[in-house]
Amino acid sequence: MSDLTKLTIAEARDALRKGETTSVALTEACLAAIDAADALGAFVHKTPEIALERAKAADQRIKAGDASGMCGIPVGIKDLFCTKGVPSQAASKILEGFRPEYESTVSGRLQDAGAVMLGKLNMDEFAMGSSNETSVYGNAVNPWRAGNSDAALTPGGSSGGSAAAVAADLCLAATGTDTGGSIRQPAAFTGTVGLKPTYGRCSRWGIVAFASSLDQAGPMTKTVRDAAIMGAAMMGHDPRDSTSADLPVPDFEAMLTGDIRGKVIGIPREYRMEGMPEEIEALWARGREMLADAGAVIRDISLPHTKYALPTYYVIAPAEASSNLARYDGVRFGYRAKLAQGDGITDMYEKTRAEGFGAEVRRRVMVGTYVLSAGYYDAYYNRARKVRTLIKRDFETVFADGIDAILTPATPSAAFELGQTFDDPVQMYLNDVFTVTVNLAGLPGLAVPAGLNAQGLPMGLQLIGKPWEEGELLNIGYALEQAAGFVAKPAKWW
Amino acid sequence: MLDLTYQTPKPKVIAGAKHDWELVIGMEVHAQVASKSKLFSGASTLFGAEPNSNVAFVDAGMPGMLPVINDFCVAQAVRTGLGLKAAINLRSAFDRKNYFYPDLPQGYQISQLYHPIVGEGEVLVEMGDGTARIVRIERIHLEQDAGKSIHDMDPALSFVDLNRTGVALMEIVSRPDIRGPEEAAAYVAKLRQIMLYLGTCDGNMQNGNLRADVNVSVCRPGAYERYQETQDFSHLGTRCEIKNMNSLRFIQAAIDYEARRQIAILEAGGTIDQETRLYDPDKGETRSMRSKEEAHDYRYFPDPDLLPLEIEQAWVDEIAANLPELPDAKKARFIGDYGLSDYDASVLTADLDAAQYFEVVVAEAGDGKMAANWVINELFGRLKKDEADITASPVSPAQLAGVIRLIKSGDISGKIAKDLFEIVYTEGGDPAQIVEARGMKQVTDTGAIEAAVDQIIAENPAHVEKAKQNPKLAGWFVGQVMKATGGKANPATVNELVTAKLGL
Repeated sequence: MSDLTKLTIAEARDALRKGETTSVALTEACLAAIDAADALGAFVHKTPEIALERAKAADQRIKAGDASGMCGIPVGIKDLFCTKGVPSQAASKILEGFRPEYESTVSGRLQDAGAVMLGKLNMDEFAMGSSNETSVYGNAVNPWRAGNSDAALTPGGSSGGSAAAVAADLCLAATGTDTGGSIRQPAAFTGTVGLKPTYGRCSRWGIVAFASSLDQAGPMTKTVRDAAIMGAAMMGHDPRDSTSADLPVPDFEAMLTGDIRGKVIGIPREYRMEGMPEEIEALWARGREMLADAGAVIRDISLPHTKYALPTYYVIAPAEASSNLARYDGVRFGYRAKLAQGDGITDMYEKTRAEGFGAEVRRRVMVGTYVLSAGYYDAYYNRARKVRTLIKRDFETVFADGIDAILTPATPSAAFELGQTFDDPVQMYLNDVFTVTVNLAGLPGLAVPAGLNAQGLPMGLQLIGKPWEEGELLNIGYALEQAAGFVAKPAKWW
Repeated sequence: MLDLTYQTPKPKVIAGAKHDWELVIGMEVHAQVASKSKLFSGASTLFGAEPNSNVAFVDAGMPGMLPVINDFCVAQAVRTGLGLKAAINLRSAFDRKNYFYPDLPQGYQISQLYHPIVGEGEVLVEMGDGTARIVRIERIHLEQDAGKSIHDMDPALSFVDLNRTGVALMEIVSRPDIRGPEEAAAYVAKLRQIMLYLGTCDGNMQNGNLRADVNVSVCRPGAYERYQETQDFSHLGTRCEIKNMNSLRFIQAAIDYEARRQIAILEAGGTIDQETRLYDPDKGETRSMRSKEEAHDYRYFPDPDLLPLEIEQAWVDEIAANLPELPDAKKARFIGDYGLSDYDASVLTADLDAAQYFEVVVAEAGDGKMAANWVINELFGRLKKDEADITASPVSPAQLAGVIRLIKSGDISGKIAKDLFEIVYTEGGDPAQIVEARGMKQVTDTGAIEAAVDQIIAENPAHVEKAKQNPKLAGWFVGQVMKATGGKANPATVNELVTAKLGL
């Protein structure tokens, strides 16, 4: 078979089962593609030996007829996941040299299912960023380019390496994590599919924590079907994570009928933002039409507290981060600053953390420390928690009113040039405006590529589902995907 | 159950140079939960293991590691709360207390600031003189212990042992109801006793498994009563907190020193700075550790890794139904059922093992007062000589009961009984058999005694004359008869016969 790397998970699975290819062949093809794609900055730690070893084992399992859907599928793992014996440094200098003695639950589940880890993927440092520009490894670059321009575009963030790798066919799929949009925004920027499951679906055990009440792992894939296959393999109860839900994970793929007749899709009026590009507005309108044509009922809805979501998020996430990142102190693992004669423990903390964390991480640690400090706690953190409850209630209300899913743009723009907003954090934070509400409410969200803009760049739509209803969400996304017929691929320049 | 009533003890008064002062004390007692594994990890809590050998990934603050609550530690906290007659909160939550220190790997301690698992309760603190103070408990919360920093192993380096990191602690917070150093020590001792009964803390203060932060302030007489009426703290003096005390003796000494220090400042026209102090047992003084301004801003917030802790009333009820008899109830029962004095009952219930020992003796010997005397005076005295614990007693309760039964049946005298006890203590064996085998049985055969009396009277006419003039001297004959019978004659019988034969 030619172009093995271009296969979807479903295609590869079927080919493997028919004996038309092997996991070793798929893996070798991906490893070659990865080696030829250093310009994308997607893979930051390559693990070819592990990959080939697991591919061989997968081929054995497939031969023996004991293979799940993910068996033998080459995937990339975001650097935020701890992978046993393999560098796992959350794209931060402060975790330099850190090789965990344990495997995260989610990457371990994929491994148990027979998936083949090709290596670790670039990301924003500690998942803090929307452009993959805060990484210690340097930028990940979007395989897509605008028009005839050679300008390097962002693949989005924080799961920028994952998105770039999947879009450029370096792997069949990748893991991502999403705290405020870090799966869905890069998916939208790269013409790929990204699913952020309901909070509690994927275990957080072994994933470097950014904001514990918001973090959620999910699949980044080429198709909705692949997201269903890989998502199911990633999810499930884990007693090691107290916030993990003890609920069965249905066979999502079997739920992909494409039949959404009678489903009620909400269009939230508050997501119509001032200054939103016309092409995004048009895309959204087209999405509405496509779903209506597929038999869904379109209804305007209101989520009145939407406008408070971004500030709420940028209080809660840094607050949790400031505490979660306290453990990076140079005492037990990772980077420790060189100390001067006579330096004490406080010097060690200050120098290690000043040198080990990048600017964006330091900014959020400081913001988080501030909003939790005595005298400000009620004004910021506590108020943000209350607003979060109201945001959640907005969604509960519309779902109780019969809404099955909500359609919004995934991002306020298509991919932008690297360096464009890097120095303006507030502008950068605006990237998450459509996605953070979903994290604050703990809901599942799905980004589906729905079209190209005038420069030929992909744009995505977001579907928001009811808690624990990823199956239904994926089916609506599947219908949207079918209708949109997005097949474009970036022209290879790397 | 017998209801014991006590007088309220007088507060300790310290005479200053100008006038009298009273003490007001509140305590935060940190009790290590007796459990096999830590509060949020499966690592062992065993004391004295090789440094850093009982450490799970989560204890070491490794990236991505998450805490999972240990149900048993929760049950222990509930048990302790019930033992302190406290309200149990069916919904509680964990918060993070953030600060940096190398023995705190996560950079935060998981604690319960806003919603503790146990609410208000109370402890009866007997002072041993017929008075007792009721100390109100404000709350008990669960939290993680920190590790141990070692600074004296190397001139340039510090070392960290994480074995204790994450071990469950209960912080028991009292109201400012304690009014003197002795009461403070008695309060800690009482908490310790209750937890030992409950099996929720091993009470080992030396190992730091039970330690106290003591808040001390002083006020003029009358001020405390105004506080009590209004619950307005402004009637009380500014307090200082003495951290981390792990000895009852030091607690008393530190409070006494601290109160006098504060009085001296106040009488000289100064003011007390609210601060944290440390007690130096070598110098016998407290010194400032950090002022209020230097106090950490702990940035408490709900731990997002842990869902609120929800427990069911039925589960609490089950724990309550299986609580052991607690010290107050046991003491009252000992007084009521066995007729013991308050003092004896206190001594016997101070330690659960002693109380259990005593109860077996009573059950087999059938005489509460006698059993109490023998356990307290003979057994405790003998064990103390050997510096042995009741659990290591060479004399079993059955053996001691055997000795007592022999006294009660008149087979041996009290004096012989003491010899017999020493034989059982050092050599072991069944008391009745020993008495039989060694001919220690008391002679009650009046014929044999009568012969001995007759003989002594016949041989000592001079003494007979003297005794007839002064009947008090009859005791000399009794002594001679006892000597002649090797101590086995029943003294009462001898006395009777001597009196009769001498015609007194």
